[in-house]
Amino acid sequence: MGKTTIVRTTTWSAGPGCHGGCGVLAHIKDNKLVKIEGDPAHPWNQGRLCARALAMTQYIDHHDRLKSPLKRVGKRGEDQFEEISWDEAFDIIEKRMKSIRDDFGPESMIFSMGTGRDIGPWICMLAYAFGSPNVMFALSGNACYSPRIAALDTVQGDYCVFDAAQWLPGRYDHPEYKVPECMIIWGYNISATCPDNLFGHWIIDLMKKGTKIITIDPRLSFFASRSKYWLQIRPGTDAALALGFLHVIIKEKLYDKNFLETFTDAPRLVRNDTGKLLRESDVVKRGSTDNFVVFDIQKNTFVIWNTLGQEYSIANTTPALTGNFKINLLNGKSISCVTAWDKFKESCEPYTPQKVEEITFVAAGDIEKAAKFYAGAKPAAIHWGVPIDMTPEITPLCHAIAALWALTGNLDVPGGNVFTRSAFNAVAYALPGAEGVIKLKDPAQDKPRIGKDEYGPFNQFIWRCQTDKVIEQIFSEKPYPVKGLWMQTCNPLSGIGLDPKLWQKALEKLDFIVGVDLFMTPSLRYADIILPAATFLEKDGVRSWWVPLQTINKAVTVKGCRPDVEINFELSKRFDPDFKWETIHDLFDEILKPSGMSFDELAKKGWALPPENHASRPYFRHEKGLLRSDGKPGFATPSGKFELYSTLREKWDLKPLPYFKEPPFTPVSRPDLFKDYPLILSTGRRSPAFFHAEHRNIPWLRTLDPDPVVEIHPDTASKNNISNGEWVVVENWMGKARFKAKVTKIIPRWMVMAAHGWWFPEKKDDPLFHTFESNINMLIPMNEQGKDGLGAPIKHLLCRIRKEKKGGGHDKI
Amino acid sequence: MTKSSKNGLLIDYEYCTGCFSCTVACCQEHGWQAPLSGIKVMEIVQDLPKDKAYLTFLPFPTELCVLCAKRTRKGLDPACVKHCMANCLTYGNLRDLSCELEKKPRMVLWSPR
Repeated sequence: MGKTTIVRTTTWSAGPGCHGGCGVLAHIKDNKLVKIEGDPAHPWNQGRLCARALAMTQYIDHHDRLKSPLKRVGKRGEDQFEEISWDEAFDIIEKRMKSIRDDFGPESMIFSMGTGRDIGPWICMLAYAFGSPNVMFALSGNACYSPRIAALDTVQGDYCVFDAAQWLPGRYDHPEYKVPECMIIWGYNISATCPDNLFGHWIIDLMKKGTKIITIDPRLSFFASRSKYWLQIRPGTDAALALGFLHVIIKEKLYDKNFLETFTDAPRLVRNDTGKLLRESDVVKRGSTDNFVVFDIQKNTFVIWNTLGQEYSIANTTPALTGNFKINLLNGKSISCVTAWDKFKESCEPYTPQKVEEITFVAAGDIEKAAKFYAGAKPAAIHWGVPIDMTPEITPLCHAIAALWALTGNLDVPGGNVFTRSAFNAVAYALPGAEGVIKLKDPAQDKPRIGKDEYGPFNQFIWRCQTDKVIEQIFSEKPYPVKGLWMQTCNPLSGIGLDPKLWQKALEKLDFIVGVDLFMTPSLRYADIILPAATFLEKDGVRSWWVPLQTINKAVTVKGCRPDVEINFELSKRFDPDFKWETIHDLFDEILKPSGMSFDELAKKGWALPPENHASRPYFRHEKGLLRSDGKPGFATPSGKFELYSTLREKWDLKPLPYFKEPPFTPVSRPDLFKDYPLILSTGRRSPAFFHAEHRNIPWLRTLDPDPVVEIHPDTASKNNISNGEWVVVENWMGKARFKAKVTKIIPRWMVMAAHGWWFPEKKDDPLFHTFESNINMLIPMNEQGKDGLGAPIKHLLCRIRKEKKGGGHDKI
Repeated sequence: MTKSSKNGLLIDYEYCTGCFSCTVACCQEHGWQAPLSGIKVMEIVQDLPKDKAYLTFLPFPTELCVLCAKRTRKGLDPACVKHCMANCLTYGNLRDLSCELEKKPRMVLWSPR
């Protein structure tokens, strides 16, 4: 027996499954994990650790872990596989994928992943080495995080998150930091999750330090119970609420006038005849289309905003923020113009608290009080959850919310919403707007990326393909056939795939599928070759997502399994004779290069925070000129300002101002369906025990949340003759699924909340582990993305419920 | 002030979010097989007047809790206290903890069997 050693490492991906970042101490004895604990010295979690990470000993040595590559020998969807060696698996994959590349082009292979984990960069690496631009995040409308990032890139040039002092040594005690007086928690529940590369319980730390909460949530969440204001919103009407907040803030003049004048596009003239921004080219011979026009009342003339120089063509211009101006165009026509601020105000004007109450079900008085409290609090922050992405008109919604933090002076201030980039600008996985060392060799290879030409953001910031269009193209084969799928820790039949029967048909149609995962899943049953992957404890890696910059350090090996990065590295070398890196550590070193540290140097430190005045560290970067590549103050938008009137949206022929549009399947938009399906169906509430479709096979976790549940209000349950704990059928025009009723007052009478990601790894009588039985995605259509290709109606559908006749329950794990 | 002869847990249920870290930390520390654990988390939806409700989570040590005697002897916190994501559990001498109890509402003090 050897002695126990302690390895300091970072959680990310397989294992807890989450977006990671926690410092942990892995206790290893004889190459076995005997215990895992939170690292008290780590600034991120400060010794704390979640249930999923604490259950790692049951995960890593689980009897069902895949420990050998498998080859399918039966039909797709059956459980006929035989074990093969790694060499044979790699050889088959190389041969089959090269033949697809030769016959149909590299773009005929799709490389698919689940949510934002350590596989992201390595899937891109493999796809790009193969020559395919088609890296897919398998959720309809790419509706998780990317839409929010792209929306903020559109209007403010950079993404931002709430500030919990995560950039500062010493965290909350750092002298630069201020505790937010107010935080809006918008569609997010804490018990389980650390979303979007934030540690959820930081908000609890802040509440203990005095932060008051406004919760926007239809469910009575932990936050809702502890809020100064709880706005119990009807799902899908968030944009109306945001516009209602803006209405109050504008009417009461609670905005930061200095920010509005200096850092936004408020004074830019907008043509009344076309509704478009007035450009220099409209009024000046050989004027640029990139330059804009304002009106200086004192000089009684228009003045040009020079975008390249980030300055007015005349010094000491005082542009009018509001007014109606007559402008003579080059073509001799005389037109009237108003300002972007006028247009923006006009968009908010109809959304009086009374009107917003009608739309959202939130009392007008509460809207007004909450808006005033947020606008008056200094500083104030907003934390938004994934429901923001999960609606088709996501960009106009984000635009409205972004205007809230911008106009109240809370952007990039301590304790507000601060810009966030990969620490030290060391980018492993290129999220929207970012560029890292892993990229296509030749930009021309990006041309066939699916959805790129159709949707502006996909052309501008989002480097993935548009998921709904991929599924469509698998069937249509136009403009080119999709032949193969690389599916890495991604389980569309159980979790990420909406309308899973459609996914099943798509998987049946493909010629060649590789699945990489840790356990057998329903989706893997469709793979030709299966490769067994490793947990975060079994690999080296880098984590460069916001802050800190971290390494993942190998603590154990599990015989037969290989880390995702090693699998993809080996195949990248086989597909690309000029593949750039010799070893994985060469690759890590290059990713980390902007930090000035090598992998080994960073691993010794464990983590690193960017230094003061670095572009990846707050605060006031728009004032200091740290955001733009030209070093001038302002934002990384095309025009250099926070855009109330979006130039990119205008370019994409989309409405450049925030607006609310009723989502596609609500009581308001579809009264015909509402007659038969009288309840709002929402899904995706988080469980502390699970990460999406994972962990149903981990006994310590499953016992915490043993059955797929649907939350029903006591009155609604009684009306439908349903008792707590009974099995019920939830159904609509798309399909049905069975759930155990959780009768609870935390849910409103007019809505039910069904858990997502359910399949039954213990039910081995079905090769697909009964994945369609309690799968709420059976009720959710694909192809409902917004006009910019983003968003999906996941939080606001319609359904009815009824008691199930036969008995139910699940077997023992 | 004289110390109590016993130690216990101060549970600040205002901030318990129901994350179950305590439950699983205990399972790991003591090797309990599911569904056994030395601490469970109860979800309590309190009915309030005017059709209102209040959601509370209460971590509640079970008959199996031995306050991690092995850990505390070494000066470490019990596993549940150490990993609590909301930092809402405090281990200590019952008399000290009862003083803490006076300082903040919505807490309960637990003494072991």
